Amino acid sequence: MPVRLMSTAAAALLVVAATTPAMAQEQINIVGSSTVFPFATTVAERFGKSTDFKTPIVESTGSGGGLKLFCAGTGSNTPDIANASRRIKASEVALCAENGVSEIVEAMIGFDGIVMANSMTATQLDLSLRDIFLALARDVPDEDGGTRPNPYETWNQVNPALPEIKIEVLGPPPTSGTRDAFAELAMEGGCKTFDWVKALKKSDKPTYKSLCHTIREDGAYIEAGENDNLIVLKLLANPDAMGIFGYSFLEQNSDVLQGSVVNDVEPEFEEIAVGNYPIARSLYFYIKKAHVGVVPGLKAFLREFTSEDAWGDDGYLADKGLIPLSAEERKIQANRINGLSLLNM
Amino acid sequence: MINLTKQAGFDLARRHRAEQRFQWAGRLAILTSLAFLVFMTGSILIDAAGVVRRTQIAVAVDLKSGLVDPADITSASFGAILKSGLRAQFPEVSTRRQKKKLYNLVSPEGSFEIKRQVRDDPALLGGVQTLWLTASDDLDLYLRGKIDTSLPENRRRISNAEVTWIEELQQAGQIRRVLNWGFLTGGDSREPEIAGILSALIGSLFSLAVCFSLSFPIGIGAAIYLEEFAPKNRISDLIEVNINNLAAVPSIVFGLLGLSIFLGYMGLLRSSPLVGGMVLALMTLPTIIIAARASLRSVPPSFKEAALALGATPVQAVFHHVLPVAMPGMLTGAIIGMAQALGETAPLLMIGMVAFIVDLPQSILEPATALPVQIFLWADSPERAFTEKTAAAIIVLLIFLIAMNLIAILLRRKLEQRF
Repeated sequence: MPVRLMSTAAAALLVVAATTPAMAQEQINIVGSSTVFPFATTVAERFGKSTDFKTPIVESTGSGGGLKLFCAGTGSNTPDIANASRRIKASEVALCAENGVSEIVEAMIGFDGIVMANSMTATQLDLSLRDIFLALARDVPDEDGGTRPNPYETWNQVNPALPEIKIEVLGPPPTSGTRDAFAELAMEGGCKTFDWVKALKKSDKPTYKSLCHTIREDGAYIEAGENDNLIVLKLLANPDAMGIFGYSFLEQNSDVLQGSVVNDVEPEFEEIAVGNYPIARSLYFYIKKAHVGVVPGLKAFLREFTSEDAWGDDGYLADKGLIPLSAEERKIQANRINGLSLLNM
Repeated sequence: MINLTKQAGFDLARRHRAEQRFQWAGRLAILTSLAFLVFMTGSILIDAAGVVRRTQIAVAVDLKSGLVDPADITSASFGAILKSGLRAQFPEVSTRRQKKKLYNLVSPEGSFEIKRQVRDDPALLGGVQTLWLTASDDLDLYLRGKIDTSLPENRRRISNAEVTWIEELQQAGQIRRVLNWGFLTGGDSREPEIAGILSALIGSLFSLAVCFSLSFPIGIGAAIYLEEFAPKNRISDLIEVNINNLAAVPSIVFGLLGLSIFLGYMGLLRSSPLVGGMVLALMTLPTIIIAARASLRSVPPSFKEAALALGATPVQAVFHHVLPVAMPGMLTGAIIGMAQALGETAPLLMIGMVAFIVDLPQSILEPATALPVQIFLWADSPERAFTEKTAAAIIVLLIFLIAMNLIAILLRRKLEQRF
């Protein structure tokens, strides 16, 4: 009778499940940021193909989620590497230490530019960080040293040099690391061009932060989800809208989209690499030192990631949209990473 | 004499018109939903068409014994061999930038393909060989007219120099398009031209197998006990309410449960289809129990009563007479549950199956991903060629679903008892 057979099979499965010990880990486990994901996966794939080690598993969990898993402890069921599109926080280092992950190696791998782009059929905007802040902040400074709710509805109200187009910006939701980086680099960068706001940073940091980082919620900024391809499609459908996303999506869609000039700098590969383009962040990954030597291939993987073939100026990661570090910085980082020097916060 | 047809309530013409109106409204509803369906599958099919073929490019590579050691083939630098082969074909290319563009005509997979071809056929060694290698995704898009060459050069992904090279290669017959079996037989890749669906397909198959073999017997067992044997009291009412509530719980909650119990407490392997199947089983159990109970309830009580009257024990009555009649309905419920599980990504995120996994899983204990996850990851990739892969993956998922439903229908036909 099939029912009896099936229940036997289920019972057998349960027994297997309950008695399988945590098996020896055969491959490298990587978790973390969806921004670093395309780069980590590219290295993982090449590493798996060119060595005898198994291809590392790369999970896309977001920076915060990844570091949480990473800090959950040591042992075969915890990740070996966590990718992050921001630096690890002191609170996360503390959480790690609490769970016995005291030895962490930090690796800075390159830069990622955040661009504001619109459809090719519209006019290219020439923005300053102050324009971006004034267009997107919830509260903006008024004439007499106070703040008022953001009154601007079109770009030319923000800055008369800009066209008369409704402010409509599609960007990532608050859970995204891109949004954090955008708030910190673009919004705050524009916010502190007001002298009294800059002074506020020293006297009242929480107020300063909430003024500079809070994005308006009256419909001018539209949260478009984590999928950047979706933002690209929406920009094509609506030439008046602007989008905020990573540089690699602009590069792949350069035939239909144009990036806005920010502080007189075009969002181009070379400009981001030398640090001229203002909205660029560093990308990192973190290695659990206790796993080096235990998990097969971890050291070789680090060597592959830090080889010129991978993260160099002409490396395959540059083809995928990673903006490389300078040659000297690469040398310093490679020495630190391969020498497993510990993170000091 | 009273004219009945003219009185209110006997107004035949009006009632007939109402009848017609309703029928047309129904037809319109069906037409609209059909139109949506055709539009959806049509646009997916059009997008997916690009996956059917892949572009190959013939490169003459020098496999002299000085460059490749026949005793140790894998140690040779096939990347360098491929690059020098391309340079030999276009000797006029001199600058670093241009050279890089030239190398990018061939997929990064090219050097591994040479390695595999040499390993499979060592007779290739010892001279110049013309090998067919996979072309890059940009070249493929260009050949299919998806790159607008009227745009300024810095606005497109294929430069004028590349266009001349491609034309030269085409005239020499060094470019061809072949059926892309790799899509069905390969694992995931970051290079769209070689990315395949098989690893995700196997992952889904394994997870569903685990899910079915756990949730079906447990669900049916629970349903039979609750429906036929359990005393009707407060406790059984409470259980019933809870099962109905569980069916409506968002699936990510089951993922969290899996993370803390299966991974945290039981220490099972992260990213494995075993854990994925167990989490999905938790999720589908309520659906299966509810469907199975409804199906048991629809069996006429006379079946059981007659069996009991003839001296069968309650267990015999249920298993010999009620269950066979209820089985087709139970199977339908189970298939609906499975179909739901097939499309889930949220619970899999928590247990590490939303991941980039290249190697094909060999057992339920090896890391794997699932079809909807693969669709999600490809849809999120910047490379434009992944749009087609996404559409093709959706079609594979739909075919999987149709196959599952077909099996359910066939099983039901076979088991169904008419009376």
